[in-house]
Amino acid sequence: MQDLLRDMIFPALGGQTLDAAEDAAILEVPPGTLAFTTDSFVVKPLFFSGGDIGKLAVCGTVNDLAMVGARPLYLTLGLILEEGLPLDDLERVLASVASAARDASVKVVAGDTKVVEKGKADGVYINTAGVGVIPDGTNVSITRVAPGDALLINGYIGDHGMAVLKDRGDFAFEVALDSDCAPLAGLVSDMLAAGRVHALRDPTRGGLAAALKEMSSCSGVSLEVDEPAVPLREEVRAICEVLGLDPLYVANEGKLLAAVAPGDAAAVLGAMKAHPLGRDAAVIGSAGAGKAGRVSLTGAMGSSRLLRMPSGEQLPRIC
Amino acid sequence: MRYIDEFRVPAAARELLREIDALDARGTFMEVCGTHTMAISRAGLRPLLAPGIDLISGPGCPVCVTADADIDRAIAVSKKPGVILTTFGDMMKVPGTEDSLASASARGARVRVVYSPLESLAIAAEEPGSQVVFLGVGFETTAPAVAGTMLEARRQGIDNFQVLSFHKLVPPALRALVGLDDFDVDGFILPGHVSVIIGSDAYAFLPVEFSMPCVVTGFEVTDILQAILRLLKMGASGASLEVEYARAVRPEGNPRALEVMSQVFEPCDAQWRGLFTIPGSGLAIREEFAAMDAGTWEVELPEPTRSKGCRCGEILCGRIKPMDCPFFGGRCTPDNPVGPCMVSSEGTCASYYLYSESEGPDERGEGADIGR
Repeated sequence: MQDLLRDMIFPALGGQTLDAAEDAAILEVPPGTLAFTTDSFVVKPLFFSGGDIGKLAVCGTVNDLAMVGARPLYLTLGLILEEGLPLDDLERVLASVASAARDASVKVVAGDTKVVEKGKADGVYINTAGVGVIPDGTNVSITRVAPGDALLINGYIGDHGMAVLKDRGDFAFEVALDSDCAPLAGLVSDMLAAGRVHALRDPTRGGLAAALKEMSSCSGVSLEVDEPAVPLREEVRAICEVLGLDPLYVANEGKLLAAVAPGDAAAVLGAMKAHPLGRDAAVIGSAGAGKAGRVSLTGAMGSSRLLRMPSGEQLPRIC
Repeated sequence: MRYIDEFRVPAAARELLREIDALDARGTFMEVCGTHTMAISRAGLRPLLAPGIDLISGPGCPVCVTADADIDRAIAVSKKPGVILTTFGDMMKVPGTEDSLASASARGARVRVVYSPLESLAIAAEEPGSQVVFLGVGFETTAPAVAGTMLEARRQGIDNFQVLSFHKLVPPALRALVGLDDFDVDGFILPGHVSVIIGSDAYAFLPVEFSMPCVVTGFEVTDILQAILRLLKMGASGASLEVEYARAVRPEGNPRALEVMSQVFEPCDAQWRGLFTIPGSGLAIREEFAAMDAGTWEVELPEPTRSKGCRCGEILCGRIKPMDCPFFGGRCTPDNPVGPCMVSSEGTCASYYLYSESEGPDERGEGADIGR
């Protein structure tokens, strides 16, 4: 184990810190309020178009920090490795953690590694915890959506879920589609500078549908979404159609849903479009004064329907 | 993908709706296939149709029509020592008499969700010490893939792969439905995917013997509106069988798929949930493949119990709509299904629930999910 740490993990992440091999990381924290979160990552396959479990583990936690307006500073990295995992794979995952951490401007400051018997894990499981600082004066909360707020999204939905499904190889889809996995803190920082962002949520598991329902429930407002305005790639739409899935419920790893004061919607949208991760940003709806948890969608045909909270995982249809 | 797009254009759909309105005709039509039910619900089509036009859902969701007894058998097989039962995920939560595969699995049965029968065969190859049993549920769309996998198992000499065949055939079920005394439907919107395999000729008996107007239909909104328009016109001109989905369906179907299917399976009587036992509507594994047939295994089955009060059966025959069931949206939701129509992603109740046009009895304000 010491060899693994010395020969692989420290060198891969050494540029970040971790080098002291102390029992605990000793950190300097700038002024502001601390934000702290943790998440565990399990994905099959470990490597997929547009990312891998390492990148996912960094982005997932960084994005959770960004969604409360925090600037991510430090991460911990817990690795659970299955016996027999090719060292090349581990090296790739670690390189990816290091590069994603650089992109997100966070440091990996502490870590742990355990190896479990073959068959007890799917190659690699990763846990990351993250600390960030919310600058004084920033107040972004899932409870702050107000009637009239504009709903914005930073680009195409469903790319991550469908890219992973495609690369799992159970279906012979020949489409070029990359996961959207990306750290969003930089984009959030630009948005906060551009106008009054009331609430943010990353539509990961459960997709945009879950994010909308949570926003509506937690803020006690209704939401109205213009379905044709939601950016959706033809490739994702096509795969969903074949499998009987609804793209609104498909996972994203580089998207955010924002509720923005109506007067600032244009400015925030402009800031999003100016950022590489927000080029395809769009206004997709608005908040209303209706009941908490009520999310309605108006479709291309003009009829509207209510959105339900997703239940469990979406499964391809049997026919 | 441009191909599909032509069929999605709202302007074209609105034009069709105008044409339908202009006919000023009435009719109740059954969309047989769960994928159609889903497409109709998702597009919010029902409220856009003129008041005299009603769409009701048929028995076209394979999960929904699987009988309690068959679920019980699958669960019993999964509990046998050394068995790994593989299944499409949709079947996991379907309640049998006492249990579901999900709860059997939680109590130690080895049940694995797969996306294809070939994946089951791969598991069998990897785990020669186990008996891998694939739960074969589906219509003519799924059965050829299962048959192909069985042929492949034989070719590779993999002898620890078995199948429980609960496959169902669509035309015999339609024959049984139209024969019901209280069946009150003016035309069928016939399934697209199934018809790609079996061909449109398989439904020729419906207009001929039962004067039932039929349109084989694709899955875009405009496909479905086209079908409704054609069915309404047939109401005036007389019943026939038309193929709206001609871009994918041939009269003779897919001969290769049909051949593989009949090499391995033969028609048998089958029990449909909510209907009854329908002659020749199931697929049994042929004698020649008996070694791969897990349906003949000795298992202990629970005593069938009386109905749980769920009205899935009546919904599947088009007698009532999901909202007419006292459990709908209250005691029975996708999280906590009482009947299979609420379980499957394409179940009638699930699609009405998921895409309801108004607030249901349980329109809950769910709390926040803590992170992920």
